[in-house]
Amino acid sequence: MPKLTVNDVEVEVEDGSTVLHACEAAGVEIPRFCYHDRLSIAGNCRMCLVDMERAPKPIASCAMPAGDGMVIRTDTDRVKKAREGVMEFLLINHPLDCPICDQGGECDLQDQAMGYGLDGSRFSENKRAVDNKHMGPLISTVMTRCIHCTRCVRFATEVAGVPELGAIGRGESMEITTYLEKTLASELSANVIDLCPVGALTSRPYAFAARPWELNKVETIDVMDALGSNIRVDARGAQVMRVLPRLNEDINEEWISDKTRYAIDGLRRQRLDKPYARGRDGRLHPVSWDEALKSLASALRKAKPNMIGAIAGNQADAESLYALKSLMTRLGSPNLDCRQDGAKIGGNRAGYLFNSTIAGIDDADAVLIIGSNPRIEAAVLNARIRRNWLSSRMPVGVVGPKVDLTYDADFLGQDPAILDALADGSHKFAAKLKKAKKPMIIIGMGALARADGAAMLGKARQIAEGYGVVTKEWNGFNVLHNAAARVGGLDLGFLPARGGMDIAAMGKAAMAGKLDLLWLLGADEIDFEPFASSFVVYQGHHGDAGAHHADLVLPGAAYTEKDGIYVNTEGRVQYATRAAFPPGDAREDWTIIRAVSGAVGKSIGFDTLAELREALCAEYPHFADADEIAPAKWASFGGRAKLSAEPVGQAFDNFYMTCAISRASETMAECVRASSADHGAAVAAE
Amino acid sequence: MLNDADRIFTNIYGWGDAGLKGAKARGDWDKTAKLLALGHDEIVERMKASGLRGRGGAGFPTGLKWSFMPKEVKDRPHYLVVNADESEPGTCKDRDIIRHEPHKLLEGCVVAGFAMRAHAAYIYIRGEFVNEARRLQAAIDEAYDAGLLGKDAAKSGWAFDIYLHRGAGAYICGEETALLESLEGRKGQPRLKPPFPAGVGLYGCPTTVNNVESIAVAPTILRRGADWFAGLGKENNTGTKLFCISGHVNSPCNVEEEMGIPLRELLEKHAGGVRGGWDNLLAVIPGGSSTPLMPKDVCADITMDFDALRNAGTGLGTAGIIVMDKSTDVVKAISRLSYFYKHESCGQCTPCREGTGWMWRMMERLVRGEAESHEIDTLEQVTRQIEGHTICALGDAAAWPIQGLIKHFRPEIERRIAARHAVDAVNAAE
Repeated sequence: MPKLTVNDVEVEVEDGSTVLHACEAAGVEIPRFCYHDRLSIAGNCRMCLVDMERAPKPIASCAMPAGDGMVIRTDTDRVKKAREGVMEFLLINHPLDCPICDQGGECDLQDQAMGYGLDGSRFSENKRAVDNKHMGPLISTVMTRCIHCTRCVRFATEVAGVPELGAIGRGESMEITTYLEKTLASELSANVIDLCPVGALTSRPYAFAARPWELNKVETIDVMDALGSNIRVDARGAQVMRVLPRLNEDINEEWISDKTRYAIDGLRRQRLDKPYARGRDGRLHPVSWDEALKSLASALRKAKPNMIGAIAGNQADAESLYALKSLMTRLGSPNLDCRQDGAKIGGNRAGYLFNSTIAGIDDADAVLIIGSNPRIEAAVLNARIRRNWLSSRMPVGVVGPKVDLTYDADFLGQDPAILDALADGSHKFAAKLKKAKKPMIIIGMGALARADGAAMLGKARQIAEGYGVVTKEWNGFNVLHNAAARVGGLDLGFLPARGGMDIAAMGKAAMAGKLDLLWLLGADEIDFEPFASSFVVYQGHHGDAGAHHADLVLPGAAYTEKDGIYVNTEGRVQYATRAAFPPGDAREDWTIIRAVSGAVGKSIGFDTLAELREALCAEYPHFADADEIAPAKWASFGGRAKLSAEPVGQAFDNFYMTCAISRASETMAECVRASSADHGAAVAAE
Repeated sequence: MLNDADRIFTNIYGWGDAGLKGAKARGDWDKTAKLLALGHDEIVERMKASGLRGRGGAGFPTGLKWSFMPKEVKDRPHYLVVNADESEPGTCKDRDIIRHEPHKLLEGCVVAGFAMRAHAAYIYIRGEFVNEARRLQAAIDEAYDAGLLGKDAAKSGWAFDIYLHRGAGAYICGEETALLESLEGRKGQPRLKPPFPAGVGLYGCPTTVNNVESIAVAPTILRRGADWFAGLGKENNTGTKLFCISGHVNSPCNVEEEMGIPLRELLEKHAGGVRGGWDNLLAVIPGGSSTPLMPKDVCADITMDFDALRNAGTGLGTAGIIVMDKSTDVVKAISRLSYFYKHESCGQCTPCREGTGWMWRMMERLVRGEAESHEIDTLEQVTRQIEGHTICALGDAAAWPIQGLIKHFRPEIERRIAARHAVDAVNAAE
C-alpha cells in the first residue's frame, strides 16, 4: 500500500493504483479525456499531467503507477500551463459547434474547457475537417469533433470484443473509423456513445431530439433481458426520450445492451391506448372501460373456475403477477403459468437462479454453457465472461450451436448425449472442469424450454454436483433467464397450483373445449393456435400477437410507465420507478386486475400500490429487500428421465426483437436490417 | 584528428569487400567465442567502462542500458532489438554501416545479445532501405552458413538467431517503443513508459533496443579494450563517432572521428569546408533535424560532443550535421522541418498531433511574412506547450528547431513581417 503526498495531503492507496487514483483519494480533481476506469490506459490526451518531485517533466497521472513516497503537486504553475496548453490544442481543431451538437450540456470538453481552459483562441489557421463515418443505425458520427481519445476503440476491442473499430492515418490526419465503415457488430455498440467525451459519437435515434436539461431523469430497471440492468430513463412529458446506463457494479457495471437503450421508440408505436372488444364482425372495436369490465366480469362469472387460465408474459411486474394470482385464487382457478416458453423450472429456488451472482463470473475459472448464447441473451453478462477470459484464458465449453461469443470457446456439439458424457467424466472437457477450483455452469432456455427440460436440469445438477460446482463457499450453478418477469413469477408461485394446468396442458384443454377463458398478462410469445375457441383476454401495452388473438383487450402500462418490482436472474429484487404515464386510457396493470376483481365481485383487497406491496411482502418477505439477493439453499431438483436426441439449441436467434416493445421499434428493425446487410446471416431476420 | 589505427569502421566507404571474407580480413568475427567467454556481466561491465553513449540520438550510456535487463531469464525470453529505422533528416550513418560493414552489426548483435542473455535479435530496418535490407539479409545468410549464427553461434555454445524486419517507412517507428509496436504488427505508436522495455518490451518480454552504430562498435570495444575506447574523445564523451556531414559543404561525407572534435576542424578537414568559405556560413544543425540550429558565431569554436552541444542549447543527436550557408532561406528551411514533423507525428497524443500542424502553418506564414510580430511569441509559446508534454520525444523534436530559429534568427523573421506589411500598405494605398 504505497503512501503518497498530493498537494501536502498524505494518502495511502491500494497496490496497483495510479497517481490519478491517489489524487482522487486526496480529494483533488484531475481533468481527463482518454482515461476511463473500465478501459485500458492510453495516456494520450495529456490532460491529466501533474508535477512529480524530481521529475524533469510533468507526468501523465493516469499512467504513472503510484509509488511509495511520491510527492505530487497539481496546483503548480507548470501544471496549470500544461492543462491550458493541452486544452488549447484540443480546441484548435474542434469545430466549437456546441449549439448544434447533441453532446451540448453533457460534454466533457465543454465542462473541462470551462474549468481548465483559456477564454480566447490564438489559432488563426483553417481548422481540420474530417469526413463522417458510417457506424450503423445507432451511432451518429461527426468526426470533426473527435479528440482522438480512443475510448471507443478500446471499448470495442476490450469490452465488446469486436476489433473492427480503430484509428487510421497519422498525426493530424488520424481518423477513427470502423473497418470498411461497417456497422459495429456488437450488442453493446452504443456504449461508445456514452464513452465519447465529446460530440463525435452521438445517438442517432436521439439526434436533435432534446437537450439534457429539459429531460426528466428517472432511475429505474431495464426489462429487455433478465439481468435487470440499472438504467436511467430520460423523459420529456409523456415521451421517453432515451435510456442511459446507471452504475451498478454487481449487475451491468456501466454498460447496457443496444436493445435496452434503443427499443424505447417501440413505446411510441402500436400502443394500446383504449380497451377493445371483438365484435360480431370478428374485428376489434374500441369500447369504454365500463363496457370492457362488464363483459369480462360476465365472462368470468360464466366460466367454470377450473376452466379459467392465466399466462403471464416476460415483462410483467411482480405486483401485477401477485394481483392476478390473487384474483385467480379468489376465482378458484389453479391454472397459472409464467413460463411462456414452457421451461421446466420452478420449485426449488437454487434450481432456477443464477446462483453465483453475475459478479461471481469474475471469480470463475471454467465455464460450461448449456443451451444458451449469452452474447444475445444477456449481452452485458457476456462481456463479463469475456473480461474474465481475457485475463485468465479460462476454458469455456459450450453445449449448443457454434456461435461467436467474443471469446474462444470449445464448442462441444449440440448432442444432449454430451451431457451424459460430461456427467460420467468420459468427455474430454470434463478434465478441464475437474481441474477448476470455481467451475461454473450456465444453463439457458435453449436447454430448459424443451420437452425434456426437467431432465436437462437434472443432468446439469448432476454435473454440478460431480465437479465441485457447488461447494460450501461457491455455487456456480447458474440458470440464465431471458425474461425479466420470470424469477419474480417463479418466486411468487405464478405456477400451476395443486391440480392446475401448465401452459401446454391449457393448450390441450382448450383444444378439447375445456378452457373457457384465458387471461394473458402481456403474453405475446406463445402459440395462440390452441386457444382459438377460448375467450381470450389480453392485458398489455402493445398491439402485438396477444392482442391480435384476443377477444377483449385491456390496455396496460409498459415498464417505463409504472412502479414495479422485478427480480433478476440472480434473484435480486429491484424496484423500478415510473418515468412517464401510460398513453390514453391505459392503466397500470395491477389497478386493472383490482378493478376486474371488484366488477366480478371477488375483491382482492388492496386499493393502493402500498397496500399491495405490503400484502406481497407479507407473503413473500424477500420482496421487501430491494437490491438484495435472498440466498437459495441447494437441494434436489430436476428430473431423471433420459434426454431426447433433439439437438440443444439456444433460446432465440434475433437479439434485436424479443418482446412486444422491441418488435414495435423501428430502430431495432433498422438494426436487424443493418446487421444482416453488413454481416451476412449473423442475425437471422424474423 | 583520429588516427587511422583507431578507426572502428575501416570499410565505411565500401572500398573493400563488405562480405564475410572481407569482414574477417578486417578483424570481424575474430575469436568471437573468446569475447563471449568473458561472461554476460563482464561484457556489460566493460561496455560501461568504455563510456560508450548510445549513438541513436539520446546519448544514454549503452552499458548501463544493458545492465537494466534482468540478471536471469525467468519465464519470458530476452530480446535484443536493433533500431535500423534511420530516418532522422541529415543522418545516414547506419545506412553505410549496413551497406559496407554489415558483419560488424551482426557480430555486435551476438555479443550484445549474449550480454543481455538473449537468444534472438530483431533488426528493424527502415522500409525505404531496400538495397540495404537485401545486403543485410545476405550478410545474415552468410553468417548462418558459416556457423556464426544459429544453434552454436561462432562456436561459443550460445544459440543466437537474427531476424530482419522491414518497416513501412514511418519516422515514428524509430522511437523505440513505437518500433516494438510496429514489430509486433500494430500501428506504430509509442508506448507509455513506465514500464520500460527492459521490463516489458517486445511481446511483453525484457527487451533492449539499441541503435545500429552502438551495437556495431561493441565487438571492437571489447577486442581493443574499454580503456582504448575511453581514452579517445573527451571525458564523459568518449570514443569515436560517425559524423554525417551534409548541406553546403564542398564534399559532403560520412566520417568517423573522435568525439569532441571542433566543428570547424571537422568540416574543413573532411568535408572540404563550407561552400564559399567559412565566412559564408549561416548556421549549422549539429545533430539531425531535431536539434536546434547554431548560428555561425557559435559554430566557430564549438566541439562536437554531447555535453558541449547541450551547453550551447542544442544537442549532438545522431551527429547528422546540416550545414547552411548564406544562400539559405533559414525560415523556409525550418518550416520544411516543421512540415516533416507534422507529417510524421503519429497522432496519438494531443500536443504533438494538434501542435505540429499548427506550428507548421504558422511557420509557413512567417516564411512569407504574413503575420503579426506578436505571433512569433505565440509560436514560441506553442513550442513550449508541446515540449515535455508528450508521450515520446517527437513533440520535443518538432519544437526544438523552431525554438532555435526564434532564438537566433528573430530579427530575420521580423524583417520579413515588416517587409510584408510595407507591401500590404502600398497595395492598400493603391
